[in-house]
Amino acid sequence: MENLLTIKDLHAGIDGKEILKGINLEIKPGEVHAIMGPNGAGKSTLSAVLTGRECFHVTKGEIWFNGKNLLDMPAEDRAREGIFLSFQYPVEIPGISTVNFLKTAVNEHRKYQGLPPYPAGEFLKMIREKMELVNIDSHLLNRSLNEGFSGGEKKKNEIFQMAVLEPKLAILDETDSGLDIDALRIVAHGVNRLKRPDNSTIVITHYQRLLDYIVPDVVHVLYDGRIVKTAGKELVAELEKNGYDWIKQEVESHGKN
Amino acid sequence: MAKEQDEILNEVTEGEYKYGFVSNVKTDTIGKGLNESVIRLISEKKGEPEWLLEFRLKAYRHWLTMKMPTWAKLKIPPIDYQDIVYYAAPKQEAKKSWDEVDPELKATFDKLGIPLDEQKALAGVAVDAVMDSVSVKTTFKETLAERGVIFCSFSEAVKNHPDLVKRYLGSVVPYTDNFFAALNSAVFSDGSFVYIPKGVRCPMELSTYFRINAANTGQFERTLIVADDDSFVSYLEGCTAPQRDENQLHAAIVEIVVEKNAEVKYSTVQNWYPGDKEGRGGIYNFVTKRGLCRGENSKLIWAQVETGSAITWKYPSTILKGDGAVSEFYSVAVTNNYQQADTGTKMIHIGNNTRSRIVSKGISAGYSSNSYRGKVKVVKSCQNARNFSQCDSLLLGDKCGAHTFPYLEVANPTAQVEHEATTSKIGEDQIFYCNQRGISTEDAIGLIIKGYAGDVINKMPMEFAVEAQKLLQISLAGSVG
Repeated sequence: MENLLTIKDLHAGIDGKEILKGINLEIKPGEVHAIMGPNGAGKSTLSAVLTGRECFHVTKGEIWFNGKNLLDMPAEDRAREGIFLSFQYPVEIPGISTVNFLKTAVNEHRKYQGLPPYPAGEFLKMIREKMELVNIDSHLLNRSLNEGFSGGEKKKNEIFQMAVLEPKLAILDETDSGLDIDALRIVAHGVNRLKRPDNSTIVITHYQRLLDYIVPDVVHVLYDGRIVKTAGKELVAELEKNGYDWIKQEVESHGKN
Repeated sequence: MAKEQDEILNEVTEGEYKYGFVSNVKTDTIGKGLNESVIRLISEKKGEPEWLLEFRLKAYRHWLTMKMPTWAKLKIPPIDYQDIVYYAAPKQEAKKSWDEVDPELKATFDKLGIPLDEQKALAGVAVDAVMDSVSVKTTFKETLAERGVIFCSFSEAVKNHPDLVKRYLGSVVPYTDNFFAALNSAVFSDGSFVYIPKGVRCPMELSTYFRINAANTGQFERTLIVADDDSFVSYLEGCTAPQRDENQLHAAIVEIVVEKNAEVKYSTVQNWYPGDKEGRGGIYNFVTKRGLCRGENSKLIWAQVETGSAITWKYPSTILKGDGAVSEFYSVAVTNNYQQADTGTKMIHIGNNTRSRIVSKGISAGYSSNSYRGKVKVVKSCQNARNFSQCDSLLLGDKCGAHTFPYLEVANPTAQVEHEATTSKIGEDQIFYCNQRGISTEDAIGLIIKGYAGDVINKMPMEFAVEAQKLLQISLAGSVG
C-alpha cells in the first residue's frame, strides 16, 4: 500500500537554530502513530513544519503527502489537501462564532475541490450530526471562537472541527495537556469514532494516558530532533514505567561508540 | 518571524481606491479666495434671502478672529484659505425633469452605485445626491411628501421652508462653535434638509451622497435634520472623491434636533479619497456633527464606518438635554498608509436619567495614526446619568499608532460612568490558525476584522451593512484578493 505520508531526512529550525535533525517517518492509510518524547525534543516543531507554519524553516529533506510535495504548498493548501492539526493552544477569534468560522473553512475546502459552497440547510444538518458525534454543546458553537472556553472546551472544539473537516491526516498535538480524565475520555472517544480505514492519525504526547484510549499501531520516540526508537504499542508502557532517561542514555552511549 | 508578518501585512494593506475617477461635467465656479464679496456672490448665486446672507457674513467676521485648532494629535500642513475655490456647481440648465439632467452626472452616480433613477433605485432608500457645491437630485421626494416628510436639498429648503430653516439653522452648532464651523457657516453651498413631522415614522431610509469632483475646491455642506415629537427617521451619509495629488478641504456641519419621544439614527459611510500610498493627496475632513436630544425620551444613534480622508478631525456629539434622553455612538475608524485620524465623540448629559453608550473601534495599518478622543460630561444638576464607553484599538503591523484620549467631567455624584479600553494586534498565531483550517491569509484578516468590527457593522442599516463590511476589507485588505 502507498504511504499517506513520507518524511525523508527532514531538517528544520527557527531563527537559525536547528531543531529537527533528520526525521524519517512513513505513515500508511489507516494507521495511528504516536510520537512521544521528552520536552524540547522537537515534537511541536514537527507538527508546525508539517502544517506549514512560516516561521519554521526547512533546511533539508522532503515531505510527501498523498503523492504531493508538501513543502511546495502554503499552509492553507496543506489543510485543504487534508492535513488537520488539533492545536495544543487553540487561539481565540473574538466576534466570529465557531459555526461561522467553520462555514468559511468548509467552503474553502470545497472550493479547492471544485465544489460549490454548502447550501445553508445542508451545512447546518451536517454540523448537527458532527455535534452529536463528538458530544459538544450547541451554545459553545454559537459563541466567539474559543473565547472564554475552558481548556477542555477548547480541545473538544478542536476535535469537533476535525469531525467537520474530515481530514486524511489528523495531528493531535498534546491534545491531552490540561484535560481532566473525563474530558480526556470524551476527546479520545470522539477521535476513535472518527477513525476510518483510509485516514491516519499522529498523536503527539508526553504521557501514556491518552494512548490508553487512542491505541497506536506504531510508537516513535523523538529525542533531540531525531526519531531514536520505533516499536509497537508495548513501548508506551515501558516509557511510562522507566521514563525517558534510559533512552537518552542509550542514545548518548551510542553516540560515544 | 517579523519579516513574514511584514510581508503579509504589505500584501493585505495595499488596497486601491476605486472611486478615484474624475467626471467630465461642465462646472460653474467662482475664483479662488475668500472675502466678503465672495460670500455675497455665493449668496446671490443661490438667490438667498437677506437674513441668510447676514448669517453668513456674521460667521465670516467671526471666523476672521479665530485660529485653526491645534490640540488634535494630527500633523496638518498649513492650509492657504485664499487658495481654495469656495463655490463649484455642475452646470445645469434649469432642469425640469429627470430626463434633462446632464447624462454625465447620471453616469457618475451610476458608477458610484447610486442610481438616481427611481425605477432603478434601491428599494426603500431615498437619495439626495450632492456634487461639489450643489444638490443634483433628490429621489422619492413626492412619495415622502405624502407622509409630510420633507427631504430636499438645503437650497430648496431655504426657498420652500424658510421658517423651519431659520428656526433651526445654527441652533445646535452655532457659527461661533469652532474654526471650521465658522468657515462652513460663511461659505456653505448646499446639503440636505430633513423634517419629519409629529408622529410620523419615515417610511424609507434617507440618504445623502456627497461627491467632490472639481479640482482645487473645498466642499462645505450642511445637513439639518429635525425629528418632531414621536417621529422616527434613519438617515445615511456616504461620500467619495476623485484621486488627486493635491489635498482638498471638506468642512461640513451636521445639525440634528430630536424632539420628545422621537428617534434619529444617523449612519455614515465615509470614504473620501485617503491619499496614495506615499501620503500624497487626499481629503482633509474637518467636520462638526452634533445632535440635540431636546425632548424627553428622545434618542439619537450615531453609527459610522470611516475608511477615507487623509486627515480626519471629527467628533459626532450629542447633547442629552431632555430627561430620559438616550444616545449611542458606534464607530469603526480605519487608517492605513499615511492617513491620520483624531476622532471620537462627546456625550453631554444635562437632563435627568439620561443614558449614553460609546463603542469605538479603531483599526490602524501602515504608517497611520489613529486617535480616539472622547468626552463624557455630566453637569451638576443632572441626576442619574449613565454612560458606558468601550474604546478598542486593533493594530496591523508595528509602524502605525493608536491612541486613546478619554475625558470625563462628572459634576454630579449620582452619575455612573464606565470606561473600558483595549489594544490588540492581529497575531501571527491567529492567522496561522485560520490558514490551518484552509483559510487564506487575506481572508483570515478579513474574518478577524469582521469579528472585531461586528458590533458596529450590525448597527448600520441592513442595506449598507454589507457595503460597509466590504469597504473595510477593501481599505485594509488589498482589495482582499
